Amino acid sequence: MNDHATPQSSPEARSGIVVRGVHRSFGDFVALEDIDLEVKPGGLTALLGPSGGGKSTLLRIIAGLDYPDSGTVEIGGRDATFLPPQRRSVGFVFQHYAAFKHLTTARNVAFGLEIRKRPKAEVRDRVRELLELVHLEQFADRLPSQLSGGQRQRMALARALAVQPEVLLLDEPFGALDAKVRKELRDWLRRLHDEVHVTTLFVTHDQEEALEVADEIVVISQGRIEQVGSPAQLYDHPANEFVMSFLGPVTRLGGVLVRPHDIEVLTDERAGAVQVEVTKLLRVGHEVRVETRAQDGSTPWVQLTRAQVAELGLVAGGTVWLRPLVATPFPADSSRTPEPVPA
Amino acid sequence: MSLVAQVDRATPSAFARGRRPGELTGGASLGLGIGVLWLSLLVLLPIAAIVSTAFEDGLAGFWDAVTDAEALSAIRFTVGAALLVTAVNAVVGTLIAWVLVRDQFPGKRVLEVVIDIPFALPTIVAGLVLITLYGPSGPFGINLVGTRAGVVLALLFVTLPFVVRSVQPVLIDADREVEQAAASLGASGFTTFRRVILPTVTPAVLSGAALSFARALGEFGSVILISANLIGQTQVSSSYILKMIESQEPVAAAAVATLLLAVAVVVLVELDVVQRRTARRG
Amino acid sequence: MDARVRRARRRTTRTAWVLRLVAIGYVLGLVALPVVSVVQHTFADGLAPVWDVLTSDDFLAALRLTAVVAGIATVLNTVFGVGMGVLLVRYRFWGRRFVSAVIDLPVSISPIVVGVALILVYGTYGWFGGALEDAGVRVIFSVPGMVLATVLVSLPLVLREVVPTLEEAGVEQEQAAQSLGASAWQRFWRVTLPTIRWALAYGVALSLARSLGEFGAVRVVSGSVAGESQTLTLYVNDSYQELGADAQRQAFAAAFVLMAIAVALIVVIAALRPKEERS
Repeated sequence: MNDHATPQSSPEARSGIVVRGVHRSFGDFVALEDIDLEVKPGGLTALLGPSGGGKSTLLRIIAGLDYPDSGTVEIGGRDATFLPPQRRSVGFVFQHYAAFKHLTTARNVAFGLEIRKRPKAEVRDRVRELLELVHLEQFADRLPSQLSGGQRQRMALARALAVQPEVLLLDEPFGALDAKVRKELRDWLRRLHDEVHVTTLFVTHDQEEALEVADEIVVISQGRIEQVGSPAQLYDHPANEFVMSFLGPVTRLGGVLVRPHDIEVLTDERAGAVQVEVTKLLRVGHEVRVETRAQDGSTPWVQLTRAQVAELGLVAGGTVWLRPLVATPFPADSSRTPEPVPA
Repeated sequence: MSLVAQVDRATPSAFARGRRPGELTGGASLGLGIGVLWLSLLVLLPIAAIVSTAFEDGLAGFWDAVTDAEALSAIRFTVGAALLVTAVNAVVGTLIAWVLVRDQFPGKRVLEVVIDIPFALPTIVAGLVLITLYGPSGPFGINLVGTRAGVVLALLFVTLPFVVRSVQPVLIDADREVEQAAASLGASGFTTFRRVILPTVTPAVLSGAALSFARALGEFGSVILISANLIGQTQVSSSYILKMIESQEPVAAAAVATLLLAVAVVVLVELDVVQRRTARRG
Repeated sequence: MDARVRRARRRTTRTAWVLRLVAIGYVLGLVALPVVSVVQHTFADGLAPVWDVLTSDDFLAALRLTAVVAGIATVLNTVFGVGMGVLLVRYRFWGRRFVSAVIDLPVSISPIVVGVALILVYGTYGWFGGALEDAGVRVIFSVPGMVLATVLVSLPLVLREVVPTLEEAGVEQEQAAQSLGASAWQRFWRVTLPTIRWALAYGVALSLARSLGEFGAVRVVSGSVAGESQTLTLYVNDSYQELGADAQRQAFAAAFVLMAIAVALIVVIAALRPKEERS
């Protein structure tokens, strides 16, 4: 950390996170089981998984807000396993903002700098710079209670960035916001990261958020890492049924898991196609959800556009044949056993 | 005619009488009348009587009464002791509230109940209780009867729960993540306490301290046994007022009483201001 | 590794220990030990002398008078607290904040001042005292004065417990009942009262505890004649001031009874509190 730096860390100062063999249990409940993870320097990585899956615990262990039963955490090449949060050089952003309610926006952002006893002029300049970065210049003198949820979270981000952390950790940062603000902040975080380039790890249970924002996604469930990869890799080549069903809609066709938009609807029988009866046509916005019943009793559904439905002349009660457009990347009975993960 | 009134008229059944929420009905007005009459007979008239008696002999009479040597020394001692007790309570009460909220240890529930004893215990019993332990036949050989320290001890006893009970709920509601945020920004435990926790609990500490100050200022029952009521030394204002009314000197009694009343009103108003300001911060 | 994990998780142990010890030590030395020593002191000569005191005429008269005065005062404060609480929360009227402030005033002033104020109005030479006495009503140095004094010192206790619960409950349930055809009286008994019942019970317990233990205000207006206008707290005081072993024993026995009632009430109050917070 140098005194005259701007929010942008220089490329050589970028540092990654290395987690090795981390285990954490609360009584009988195993929150994390032998977690090995490398977060690339300068990246924007999402920890994705269902709630209670251990992703927040992992983030808190990296931040020093909790400690592992065994295993190590390295930040920027230094062993940080037992360092207190004060000495880790991490910025942490909480789901519910954790704003200092008695301080103005500017004083909130200045907090970390004031504690480090930086000269007043420097603090003032940095705070102004950061408030500009998060578009809160005109709210500098407001109290957190006078800001909206989205503004508060941007303030929290500026506050975390003020001390130039080596890594930025965000715990469900947009979880408490309504859908529209959430979408805006997502785009904004992406752009902010393109400007600041600080190694960023954020926790989310929203697969859309992870797919849209992150360079790399780590899927965690039941205390284990299921898969690590880029959004495209994960979506197109999920390691197992869990990852596939968590990342997007799935349906089961002839015992195989398929994405409902990767199904071909045929009006005549062909090789590899399954005969089904159309039970219901459900219009959702611009798309149509075609619900069917196969002879084995399963109920696969297909996602089509209105034009496709009209072209195929689909009606409830009619008979059609369904065929997967892409091959399933893993055997049908791989169920939930995680594969060895290529980093 | 306003739109609201038109809507009211147009809406049948429940709003047939056109009453807006919060407007007094006949029954409520009667109830309010009785309540206000009761308050007047019980509180307003007696207080008016005190103030008017205090100034019965004019401003000069009031001034003479409160600057009488005995009265003055009682007032000085009472205010001084109340201030000291309030300061101790602000610190120790906050500390106890902290321990009750953040610490876990066997017997915590018992401690919770013991804290309430001074509120529930009759003051005269509280005085007796303290004398048994800190009186002439106490097991520690410390005799505080007839000393100013004894009076302060009694005041500490009866005011113990004020700050604790006012700070406790604020600490329970306090967002722990705010403290973690401070830690991850580099603040040490002490810095976090000073810059984050203290500003959050300060309004609660102030309101608890104000209540404890008002209580200490007017305390009588717990003090009389341990103070031995030594004029010029351990006599508190309340004892002085009682002595004056019993020796048929209503003006002297009412004058000092008015002074205590005025302080109580100031403290209550101050408290209201603090609470309003806190409510605004949200 | 294990030890390091434990140390890291409990980074503040030493400070926490110091704070815990200070808190426990303070409460123990100031409250718990003295209370225990009173119990021990009371029963130092066994049960028999205590029993003698508790069955003496003066003690029983004081007990009866305390029960009467505290009982009437608590009933009055409950009716006033609930009624005024509903008015303050549900209605908007001129002077509402002033009324609310006036209700809080008596508990913040010295009980002696409360007593003196009552004497100045209702005493023989007070504003109304002469007229009342001509009409055959004696207030001061009599039970009505003691009741008034007790009501005053516990005036807001029921009201302050009921008001937040009423505010939190809002008016929707009552409006729903109204739309179903319930009269004002039915709404109060079937909707409002069940909503505030735990807060009310808590307030009544607090009010009763305060009423039973009132000393200063009653001391001023009672005259404290044994067997006539002496409540339990006055009995404790008068006995203790009398000196002599018998009198001391009387003071401690009566104090023990008051303390036992107080502790029983705190336990009730403590049991009521979580229920109130849950609702």
